[in-house]
Amino acid sequence: MSENGKQPIIVLENVNKFFGDFQALKNVNLTIDKGERVVVCGPSGSGKSTMIRCINRLEEHDSGKIIVNGNELTSDVKNIDAVRSEVGMVFQSFNLFPHMTVVKNLMLAPRLVRKADKKEALVIAMRYLERVRIPEQADKYPIQLSGGQQQRVAIARALCMNPEIMLFDEPTSALDPEMINEVLDVMTDLANDGMTMIVVSHEMGFARSVADKVAFMDEGEIVEMNTPAEFFDNPKSDRTKEFLSQIIEH
Amino acid sequence: MSFDFSLIIDSVPKMLMGIGMTLELLVLSAVLGTALAVLLLLMRISNRWYLAWPSIVYIYIFRGTPILVQIFIIYHGFPQFEFIRESIFWPILREAYGCAVVALTLNNAAYVSEIFRGGVNGVNKGLLEAGAALGLSVRQRFTYITTPIAIRLSIPAYSNDVVSLMKATALASTITILDMMGIARNLVAETFAPYEIFMSLAAIYLVMTWFFQKGFGLFERRMSRHVRKEA
Repeated sequence: MSENGKQPIIVLENVNKFFGDFQALKNVNLTIDKGERVVVCGPSGSGKSTMIRCINRLEEHDSGKIIVNGNELTSDVKNIDAVRSEVGMVFQSFNLFPHMTVVKNLMLAPRLVRKADKKEALVIAMRYLERVRIPEQADKYPIQLSGGQQQRVAIARALCMNPEIMLFDEPTSALDPEMINEVLDVMTDLANDGMTMIVVSHEMGFARSVADKVAFMDEGEIVEMNTPAEFFDNPKSDRTKEFLSQIIEH
Repeated sequence: MSFDFSLIIDSVPKMLMGIGMTLELLVLSAVLGTALAVLLLLMRISNRWYLAWPSIVYIYIFRGTPILVQIFIIYHGFPQFEFIRESIFWPILREAYGCAVVALTLNNAAYVSEIFRGGVNGVNKGLLEAGAALGLSVRQRFTYITTPIAIRLSIPAYSNDVVSLMKATALASTITILDMMGIARNLVAETFAPYEIFMSLAAIYLVMTWFFQKGFGLFERRMSRHVRKEA
């Protein structure tokens, strides 16, 4: 516990990541406290997705330290599994299992990872389907749902593992405009319940109203990170200003 | 030339006596070949060179040589070797039937393994990442995500392969097996009427192909119910 009474739950220290010769992350330092909501924005290729994918080790960082909920991510499979079962992730392309019904999608991880029996898993699944407000879709296959519904199912699927932290990798980028709000509403609910969240997104309205901090990344670095009010109204770096002017004028 | 219908009426029932043998060769080598194909696939995708390489070499050899040559090597070639005659496989390899099943199985496994590999490679990597992010182990991801999807993706090519295998069973007649083709060849030798007999034999194979295609079509529909919008 740090002096201000907050408890860091994610710590990145001097994290570097290379894809071949390309350096995707450059000395990234980031501390996120329990219950904090951070929105990460920045141009494509700036390392936003790579950074959050390192947090549950979908990507391996090449140097530096990543500590999630007290577990340091190394090649130790036990630690990776421990972290992954505490960290939920939502992808841009939903990635629902197409051969399983919605409710089976939700039940899979509780059954396999938490060793819940069928009944328990079903109860958990229905609880979270209700939470994202689509319990009536339980027996449909993912392809029968709209994009917004699929993404809500994906959020519910991650919540079924009762994670401490949720990572969102551009959760609304693949959605038609009229479906974006239903997903953002669910995410806002989650934030209000105190979930620790890292959201890679260009939904600046969401960032302003929900985030505790907004981070701007460019060329693999966190250029600036501040409260939404400071970030939007008083950006420090020229790169941030330029980026904001580009996305807000549109 | 004349076309002797009475000869067809006489010979079709005789050839159909061999349908049991044709189906036996087909089913045995399809089942054993598929099992071996799964083993070869797991070796191939294991990320261990000492497992992957034997699998690659095996597939190269069996896909790269004619099945007829493989049948002849096993039937005519192997018995020359003392160690084969003294091995536990001799009771199988001593019989033409055993040789035919072994050759068809080994050959089929190579093709089916590649079909399955295509299916595995066709599984969207994002789904496996979603599985990993949920905490599923590598094995759980393979069992619950990769396998069912890869099976569905493999069905069209696999059903093609079963039809090819059915036709390849006719080659067993070259090593004395009396399948439909073997019987037909004997009938031709007796009647000197290759046209009528082989044409009616071809028709029998066509009917069988039709049934296999229908059957796999239904299976594919069943396995794809989740990728159709209506339900």
